[in-house]
Amino acid sequence: MKRLFVLGALAAMLASGTAFADTSGKKIAFSNNYAGNSWRQAMLDSYGIVTKKAVEDKVVGAADIFTTADKEVPTQAAQVQNLILQGYDAIVINAASPDALNGAIKQACDAGIVVVSFDGIVTEPCAYRVVVDFKDMGKQEIEQMAKFQPKGGNLLEIRGLAGTSIDDAIHAGILEGVAAHPEFKIVGSVTGDWDQTTAQKAVATILPSLPEIVGVVDQGGDGYGAAQAFAAAGKPRPTIIMGNRQDELKWWKEQKDKDGYQTWSASIAPGVSSLAFWVAQQVLDGRKDIPHDLLVPYLAFTQDDFEAALPKIKEGGVATHEYTQEDALAAIKANIK
Amino acid sequence: MTAASIDTTARNSAERGALARARLLRGLLPALSLALVLIAIAWLNPRAISYFGFSLMLNLAIPIALATIAQMFVIAGNELDLSIGTFVGFVGCVTATWLRDAPLVGVLILLGSIGVYALLGALIQLRNLPSIVVTLGMSFVWQGLAILVLPKPGGKAPDWLLSIMALKPPFVPFPIIAALLIGLIVHFGLMRTSYGVILRGSGGNPAALGRAGWSLVKTKIVLFSLAGLFGVLSGMALIGITTSADANIGNGYTLLAIAGVILGGGEFVGGRVSPIGAVIGALTLALAASPLLTFMHIPPDWQVAANGAILIIVLAARVLISRRER
Repeated sequence: MKRLFVLGALAAMLASGTAFADTSGKKIAFSNNYAGNSWRQAMLDSYGIVTKKAVEDKVVGAADIFTTADKEVPTQAAQVQNLILQGYDAIVINAASPDALNGAIKQACDAGIVVVSFDGIVTEPCAYRVVVDFKDMGKQEIEQMAKFQPKGGNLLEIRGLAGTSIDDAIHAGILEGVAAHPEFKIVGSVTGDWDQTTAQKAVATILPSLPEIVGVVDQGGDGYGAAQAFAAAGKPRPTIIMGNRQDELKWWKEQKDKDGYQTWSASIAPGVSSLAFWVAQQVLDGRKDIPHDLLVPYLAFTQDDFEAALPKIKEGGVATHEYTQEDALAAIKANIK
Repeated sequence: MTAASIDTTARNSAERGALARARLLRGLLPALSLALVLIAIAWLNPRAISYFGFSLMLNLAIPIALATIAQMFVIAGNELDLSIGTFVGFVGCVTATWLRDAPLVGVLILLGSIGVYALLGALIQLRNLPSIVVTLGMSFVWQGLAILVLPKPGGKAPDWLLSIMALKPPFVPFPIIAALLIGLIVHFGLMRTSYGVILRGSGGNPAALGRAGWSLVKTKIVLFSLAGLFGVLSGMALIGITTSADANIGNGYTLLAIAGVILGGGEFVGGRVSPIGAVIGALTLALAASPLLTFMHIPPDWQVAANGAILIIVLAARVLISRRER
C-alpha cells in the first residue's frame, strides 16, 4: 500500500514536470579545517543552529560537521575522500587551501557530490564558491582610514596567516588603497595570524623600531591585540581598524565613551557558513541556475551602528548573521544576472 | 665437551629462542595494528573496503610513508629531523612551479636541496651539534623559502607526475603497490646490504664503528642525503595527488613521520629501525587519524581530541608489547 502511494506520488511529480527534487533524504557534510579561534567557533555555531533546524524540519536528512585536527591540507584532502566514501550527497567546505585540495574536490564531483566552498574557497571549477570580496575590504580599510586621518601618515599593517589566499587578497586590497592614497605609507608589517595574542606579541616587538604610527590596518581578530601592544609600549593610540570581534568592539566602545575615538570595523560574517549550506541544499533540490561563484557582502560596522550590534555578540565571539532559506534565496537571486 | 658447556649452549639457544619470538612479535606489531584499524573501518563503513575505497583512503598515505622513511634514515643515525614537514612543503612548492615550467631548473633546485641535507649531516657530525636544534632552525628556512617560491597557494603539478599518481593498475590499488615497493626497496638497501649495516651501526654504536675505521662523517652524510631524497619524493608524490601546492602543505608531516617510525617498530636510540614497519606505521597513522575518525561520527567538539586519543592508543599498544620484550 505504502509503495503504491510512493509510486503514485512519484508519478504525480513526474507529471507535473516542474517539481523540484525532494532533499529530505539528502545528507550534507561540512568539512572544516580549523576550529581554534573565535571566528571559526562562531562559524560552527551559526552552521549548527541553522542545520539543526533544517534537519528537524525535514528539509535535509542529515547535516554532520567534521573538523580536522590540524590546519593541514593533506588531512583535509583525506577527510574529503572519506566523506565521499561515506556516501554524502553534498559537501560544504571551508578549505585549508584554494588550490591544493582540488584533487580531492574533483574526486568528489566525479562521484556526483555537490561541493560548496566558502571563506577558504576552492578553485576547482566543478565546486561552488561563496566568496567575500576580501580585496575590496582591504581597499575600504584605507578609504576609511583617509576619513579619520585626512592628513595621512605612517601605517602599520598586520597580516593574517602567511601563504593563505585570504591574507593575500586583503593585503593586495590594502596596497591598492595605499596606491590611491599616497599620503599614507606602510612603514611596518607584522604577522598576526588573525589572533589577538599573536598580534599583540608581533606588534610589541616591532613598535620600538617604528616612527610615529597614525593608523593600523589589519585583517580582523588582531585589532584588540594591537591596541594592547600600543598601550603597553606607552605609545599614542593610533586609528586601529577593527574586525567585528567582541573584544575589539568593546574596546572601541570604551575608547569612544572616553574621548570619542573613531574607527571602522569589517570582517566576513561567520554565518556565511549557513548560506553555503543553503546553496548546497538548493543545488540538491535540482536548481541549475545558481552561478558557481556567489559574491556576498562583508559585514561592516561604522561609528554609528557598532554599539547596537555589540550586545548581541557573545562574549569572546564575532558579529555574525545567520541566513534563513529565504535570505539565501535572495542572496542567490542577487548573483543571477 | 663437558656437561657445563652443554648446559650453557642449551640455555643460550633457549634465550635466543625467546629473543627471536619477541623480535617476531615486535616485527608483527605494526602489521597487527594496521589490521585492527582496517577491521574497525570495515565494520564502520563496509563500503570503504573496495578498490575505490582503498585508492581514496590510502593515496594520501603514500607521501606520509615517504616522509616517514626519510625520518627513519635520520633516526637510524641517532638524530631527529624536525624540518622534514616544511621541507616536504618546500619541495611541493618547487614541484608545482619550477619543475613544471622549467624542468631543468626544478631538478637542479631539488638536487641542491638534497645537497643541503647532506651538508647538514656533515655539519651536525663535524661540529657535534644537536640535530634537533639544527633541523628546527632549518624548518623555518624551508618554510620561508616555500613562501618565497609560492607566496600564495597555487601552481600546478607536472602532467607526468599527475598521471603517475593517478595510475589505476588492475586488481590492486596503486597506493598499496607503491607502499609495498617503497617498503621492500628500502628494506633491501638498509637491512640486507653490508653498507646498510654500517649505516645502522653508525647510529647504534658510533664509537665501535669509528674505531673500526669507518668514516662517521660519511655515514651521516649518506643518511641525511637519503632523508633528503625521500623528502623530495614525498613532496612530489603529495603534489601529484593534490594537483596544486600551498606553502603550508607539509607542516604536519614532521610529527606524523616521527610517530610513523616509532609505530613501525623503530626506536629513538639509533640503529633500531624497520623500513617495512615504518611504511606500515605510516599507513596505520593515515588510516587511524582520518578515515576511522570520520566514520566514527564523533561530535565536532570532540573530533580533534579524539584524533589525538586514537594516536595515543595506537602508539601505547606498541609500547606495551616492546616492554614485555625486556
